[in-house]
Amino acid sequence: MMLKTALASATVLAACLFGSAHAADMTVGFSQIGSESGWRAAETTLTKQQAEKRGIDLKFADAQQKQENQIKAVRSFIAQGVDAILIAPVVATGWDEVLTEAKDAKIPVILLDRTVDAPKDLYMTAVTSDLVHEGNVAGKWLVDTVAGKPCNVVELQGTTGSSPAIDRKKGFEQALKGHDNLKIVRSQTGDFTRTKGKEVMESFLKAEGGGKNICALYAHNDDMAVGAIQAIKEAGLKPGKDILVVSIDAVPDIFQAMAAGEANATVELTPNMAGPAFDALAAYKKDGTMPPKWIQTESKLYTQKDDPKAVYEQKKGLGY
Amino acid sequence: MPASAVLSATGIVKTFPGARALDGVDFELRRGEVHALLGENGAGKSTLIKCLTGAYRRDGGRVELDGAPIDPRDPLDAQKLGIGTVYQEVNLLPNLSVAENLYLGRQPRRFGFVAPREMNRRARALLSAYEMDIDVTAALSSYSVAVQQVIAIARAVDLSGKVLILDEPTASLDAQEVRMLFRIVRDLQARGLGIVFITHFFEQVYAISNRITVLRNGRLVGTRETESLPRKDLVTMMLGHELHAAEQAGETKAESSGPVRYAFHGLGKAGRVKPFDLEIRQGEVVGMAGLLGSGRTETAELLFGVETADSGTAECEGRRLSLSSPRAAIAQGFGFCPEDRKVDGIIGDLSVRENIALALQARRGWMRPLSRKEQDALADRYIKALDIRTTDREKPIRLLSGGNQQKAILARWLATNPDFLILDEPTRGIDVGAHAEIIRLIESLCAQGMSLLVISSELDELVAYSSRVIVLRDREHVAELVGGDVSTENIVEAIAGQERRRAS
Amino acid sequence: MSGAKALGRRLLPQCVALAAILILIWFNFPGFFAIEMQNGRLYGSLIDVMNRGAPVALLAVGMTLVIATRGIDLSVGAVMAICGAVAAASSVRGDPLAVTLVMSLGIGLLCGLWNGVLVAILNIQPIVATLVLMVAGRGIAQLITEGAILTFNDPGLIFIGSGSLFGLPMPVVLWLVFGIAVALIIRRTALGLLIEATGVNRRAATLSGIQAPAFLIMAYVLSGLCAALAGLIVTADIRGADANNAGLWLELDAILAVVVGGNSLLGGRFSIIASLIGAMIIQAVNTGILLSGFPPEFNLIIKAAIIVLILLIQSPRLSHLAAFVRPAGPAAPAQGKSVAGGASAGDARDIKKLERTAS
Repeated sequence: MMLKTALASATVLAACLFGSAHAADMTVGFSQIGSESGWRAAETTLTKQQAEKRGIDLKFADAQQKQENQIKAVRSFIAQGVDAILIAPVVATGWDEVLTEAKDAKIPVILLDRTVDAPKDLYMTAVTSDLVHEGNVAGKWLVDTVAGKPCNVVELQGTTGSSPAIDRKKGFEQALKGHDNLKIVRSQTGDFTRTKGKEVMESFLKAEGGGKNICALYAHNDDMAVGAIQAIKEAGLKPGKDILVVSIDAVPDIFQAMAAGEANATVELTPNMAGPAFDALAAYKKDGTMPPKWIQTESKLYTQKDDPKAVYEQKKGLGY
Repeated sequence: MPASAVLSATGIVKTFPGARALDGVDFELRRGEVHALLGENGAGKSTLIKCLTGAYRRDGGRVELDGAPIDPRDPLDAQKLGIGTVYQEVNLLPNLSVAENLYLGRQPRRFGFVAPREMNRRARALLSAYEMDIDVTAALSSYSVAVQQVIAIARAVDLSGKVLILDEPTASLDAQEVRMLFRIVRDLQARGLGIVFITHFFEQVYAISNRITVLRNGRLVGTRETESLPRKDLVTMMLGHELHAAEQAGETKAESSGPVRYAFHGLGKAGRVKPFDLEIRQGEVVGMAGLLGSGRTETAELLFGVETADSGTAECEGRRLSLSSPRAAIAQGFGFCPEDRKVDGIIGDLSVRENIALALQARRGWMRPLSRKEQDALADRYIKALDIRTTDREKPIRLLSGGNQQKAILARWLATNPDFLILDEPTRGIDVGAHAEIIRLIESLCAQGMSLLVISSELDELVAYSSRVIVLRDREHVAELVGGDVSTENIVEAIAGQERRRAS
Repeated sequence: MSGAKALGRRLLPQCVALAAILILIWFNFPGFFAIEMQNGRLYGSLIDVMNRGAPVALLAVGMTLVIATRGIDLSVGAVMAICGAVAAASSVRGDPLAVTLVMSLGIGLLCGLWNGVLVAILNIQPIVATLVLMVAGRGIAQLITEGAILTFNDPGLIFIGSGSLFGLPMPVVLWLVFGIAVALIIRRTALGLLIEATGVNRRAATLSGIQAPAFLIMAYVLSGLCAALAGLIVTADIRGADANNAGLWLELDAILAVVVGGNSLLGGRFSIIASLIGAMIIQAVNTGILLSGFPPEFNLIIKAAIIVLILLIQSPRLSHLAAFVRPAGPAAPAQGKSVAGGASAGDARDIKKLERTAS
């Protein structure tokens, strides 16, 4: 098990090493939100691996979902005189004071994964993915795949009112604009969970003539897609063939489904937010290059052609 | 109408679906009189009061206050007109202070804010008229029921001031407290208030009332001057027939000659009751007398395993008994009708049938259920035998009157066929008819060979059926009266022994 | 009055509510009652309602008993997560199915025992006692799954979630058999009477010789077992233990099912069958909303509106009003009160009694 994990990590590392500058002798503090999801756990794992690879001394602090813990951690990083601080902020507000303290101490701060409501000069840059873009990539794939044929799409939304749900819906709809052959016939929330994904898909299937009227499923995350795939199978249809399945996140389990031909595509929300952050830091340390205020991570599209089995093996050791 | 009448009601009619609760009842209350309103449960006393105070709207008849017709919409309205009511269960707010209770909804204000100091000052002044010198800032619940009763009266009188209705105010008070309450009632009477007094205690009726009105089955039986109405006539008015058991007071029984069945030695528990010895024979009723808080109920609870004794032994015919829990006591053939029927006795939402079957079922265990047929038979038998008045056995027991609830709880124990039955105040707060029946029942159970321990504040009653009476004082068994010594005077003397000592 | 007739009268409001909801959905979605045979099992929206309602129905069985003792069990959602996680972890480790099931159900029983001991022996208020496990339980489940969704492939375990027996989905078979079995055991033995007595007046029950603590613990243990079964079903259904989401907020749905079933939160009289119908009413509403095609923003509003309506219909005040409208007859208002009185907050006297017990 350990050996396998190490091997998998090495492969990922090799992939990430490409283009990275050496940033030895740096001490970086990282205040992580916690470990509320598999994706978060993978982000932590990858951040540690990235730091180790570059010879960075990473000081890790788990905030257990509490902002006061994060603020405490950042203050202790400042007191220790680290070279830079990474924060994955648990909430958007209330950061001005501690960020000013960091700025006064001349320690650059990089936000990971989420942004904050604070003056932009208080932090160096933010490394996040673009949620709208993710939806857009998924939508484009579907548009290209059906290639002009008429197609009824059902959508499994994330938790109603959450920003991923709003933005991933928006991006997907943008991609579909102008392609009248594609129509979203049903859209309902599956709360980002497998159970609800399955339950809602069951009702979609019933409502749309046993699934015969459905050509594709777009799920705002892979977990709902995995649940929906089971519902499709139990309805006697073949997911991936009778109903195309595209989702977002690229968690390991969806690659298993892709390997089995039951899912068609997923858009990666990379847990490697730290890699680009470390790159930006290295460039800054070398010749003072200021990175842009927003570094957008790649929203990579994976399909069945991308050897899902291998990707699964890579990903499953990351703590998803 | 005589000029002195403050409140007069004529021809009051109140109908409920399927029943006529009041049928043309007349009632007249004079200024400065205490007027006892009597009748068995279901006679219509409460309905009449509720019609007078606006809790019910009457269907017919006329009510006049100071000669002017009134029709109060609700008790608040009646209060504004001058009719105040105090119920047996004090309806004040226990966690507010005494002063707050007195001035709730009408607190003295200063600059728009409640002025607590002013309120407390007024509260003290108000209560001093009742010779009550208590801390008005303390929570109401920190005082005894009697004091709470007085506070409720003070509030009602202060708010209304013409008519005061006292609905069973003495039901949960001991003798001293009753004396205090009566002193206050006489004061108010002297101030010219008309007071309606509802109670089950004859002693109190004769001690305080000027006139008596008796209702029966929703009709007026009559209004009499108390002085010229012998007790026997009063009972006859109420029941419509002669009552036997209650009239046999004074006749003492020969000492029971059966063998000793239960022997308790040195049983006691620190802080509750001092160690005592007690022997109970087969087919014997042992009475237990004492003031409230003298350790009577505590003794019963030790015997029944509600509290575990920290000293002493219990034996049944020479065999050691373990009384660690009610369950253990029941296994030995014990039964216990507790004093506070509503809290400790009835299972309110369950039917009469289920309440009767409960103890027997609990003893059999959940694996051996009584079939519905057996339960029905059991319930029917006792409903008939004890004359429990209920429309059917499936009626929730909380809807029954107090006397019938008591009989159902007795039935619960009789169904277990006990050898030893402990009754704590079996006749408290129930109407005269049920009262007599329960006394007859005690006597017949005794005759069948059951051993009984009966705790009661009604000394006449104790004297009537007990072959021995244990007297308690200050959590200690202080006297045992046997055979010819069992008399009301002797009991009172034994109870009072302490007070005399205290006085010297 | 005969037992069957009384039961019929007791269940009438719930049956009417369920039928009304089903018909309402049918108006909206004509294919609702269509049922066909597919791959040897029944397939259709009605089956979906019964299948998806399985976890809440099972929880409602235990919750009914706990509520009958005047308690409440907030921990069932978390216990579902724990038991699901245990089952998945055991399956992934390669344990035989029997071991997996025994471990999972055993953990559920233990969780129930913990609650029962806190409530019955240590006399902690049920809402506080079970809050402990509600909060800690999800954390325990996350420890077992290490924060990820723990997937497994054991066909036996998966069968519990998506297999079928006699043409019915396995979860439906489970809740029907379990629910009816418990209801029968409760009513054929004296358990029902003794639990009701304990719930209405624990002190009087104890004085009548009932071992109240034993029955309290029994109720919580059964609730734990129900939660374990429900946890197995949701875990098997998605072939993975999702510690973050399994059973999330289901304790509230279970309480709602009990209330919609006309049982009083103040304890005493209860009907397990009514709670099961209550669970089906809630699931029918959920499924109906999904089938309706309304935007998801309306889900909760529609659900709340329908439930308020159901509770209103059951309220004793309303039935008293109805009694006035109806021609006078030998109606038994007292009976009606204990039957339908559950949904309301109960009368003031009962609340006062409750406070007295609590203080």
